[in-house]
Amino acid sequence: MNTILIAVISVAVLGLVCGIMLAVASKVMAVKEDERFPAIRECLPGANCGACGYAGCDGYAKALASGSETRINLCVPGASATVSALSDVLGVESEEKERQVAVVRCRGTKDAAEYKAEYEGILSCAAAKMYYGGEGKCIYRCLGYGDCAKVCPEDAICLENGIAHVDPRVCIGCGLCRKECPNGIIQLVPVSRRVMVLCRNRDRGAATRKECKNGCIGCMKCVKTCEHDAIHVTGNLAEIDYDKCVGCGKCAEVCTTGCIVSADLSQIK
Amino acid sequence: MKSAVLIIMTAVFVNNYVLQQFLGICPFLGVSKKLNQATGMSIAVIFVMCLATAVTWPIQYYLLTPASGAYDLGFMQTVVFILVIAALVQLVEIVLKRYIPSLHKSLGVYLPLITTNCAVLGVCIANIDAEYTFGEAMLNSFGSGLGFFLAMVLFSGVRSRIEGNDVTESFNGLPITLIAAAIVSMSFFGFTGVVENLFG
Repeated sequence: MNTILIAVISVAVLGLVCGIMLAVASKVMAVKEDERFPAIRECLPGANCGACGYAGCDGYAKALASGSETRINLCVPGASATVSALSDVLGVESEEKERQVAVVRCRGTKDAAEYKAEYEGILSCAAAKMYYGGEGKCIYRCLGYGDCAKVCPEDAICLENGIAHVDPRVCIGCGLCRKECPNGIIQLVPVSRRVMVLCRNRDRGAATRKECKNGCIGCMKCVKTCEHDAIHVTGNLAEIDYDKCVGCGKCAEVCTTGCIVSADLSQIK
Repeated sequence: MKSAVLIIMTAVFVNNYVLQQFLGICPFLGVSKKLNQATGMSIAVIFVMCLATAVTWPIQYYLLTPASGAYDLGFMQTVVFILVIAALVQLVEIVLKRYIPSLHKSLGVYLPLITTNCAVLGVCIANIDAEYTFGEAMLNSFGSGLGFFLAMVLFSGVRSRIEGNDVTESFNGLPITLIAAAIVSMSFFGFTGVVENLFG
């Protein structure tokens, strides 16, 4: 009886001492948090994708709360809804930010592209790239080992027929895949423009032809067709200037190799 | 001096908490994917192990089983140790957050994660079972933490090699990780007897 009593009392006292100690410590040594922080954090979508350049949504909210960051339009997944919510909390004028989706700029599927070697090393694009620029003849192409798919927080990227595809319905436009791609062929496209050049090959037209059936050969047809001066060929490759593009899709109609593609991305979601 | 080296070497190699006694397997498998995470976790474990021993050793000898022999609460050891370690780690976290934010940031989530880690509790109880003096107990805790660190760093290397390989689909993920852990563990059995023969 006596032993049990001592045990109960000593453990209870020990627990009480620990509890009081923690309670006092948490009061005395409380770190002051900016009272705006929870409100700001509430506006952010919580995807923790890192597209804003901070370590997750908490990091961005902290920077906004402390005033070290003044730009409120950095959040890509949240798009305009987040910007307007943040502008209410912070009292800053909001700027519209259109939803963007990632696009893999390559159509060098297994049946379209020519191969120079077979690669049996580590299954990652970065490793394949180091080995003579990958197994395809075209060194600008999608390497097809899915480094982008591995970093995608939304699982929006799938690998099919040797190249990666982004599902625009699921893509939040965080741009993590763009940073990961060793060939830099992933681009963020505003959804309303709906045209994109699905090639990054900068070789001369004749050389491109030998490497891939679907490559851009720099024939200038799209440049001549465009009424808005929005498409230019630089370094044997057509590039769309999305500030000028209105998304009419006429360039896609005349493209000889079919590397310019028109698709209504805004309607998909 | 000789016995100090013996205690640390034994704790690191022969009685390695992860690879020989199979304690702390959860962080060993969970946080060993990347080297920087593995080191962060291990440093937090070393820190907490030493801290926990510094507190639980006096509690055992002055509160649970006092030298006067008035009463014996040895059976309450596990409960009391868990309670004290958990409270202590929480307190340390609060203190660090207030006074050393940079250290708090680098220990990060690992500190609360190991509040009731079995390796931490295990080393506290092992110190009592081995009837170490306070100094020896601290050395043993530090050595055990170092052993955990060694196992984590080694295994994060092994895992990064596995990541790059084409593993049979049925073994992909956790199964191949467990097999790799078993092989690393077996290699540590080679240390059995080495330390005793060197110093004993």
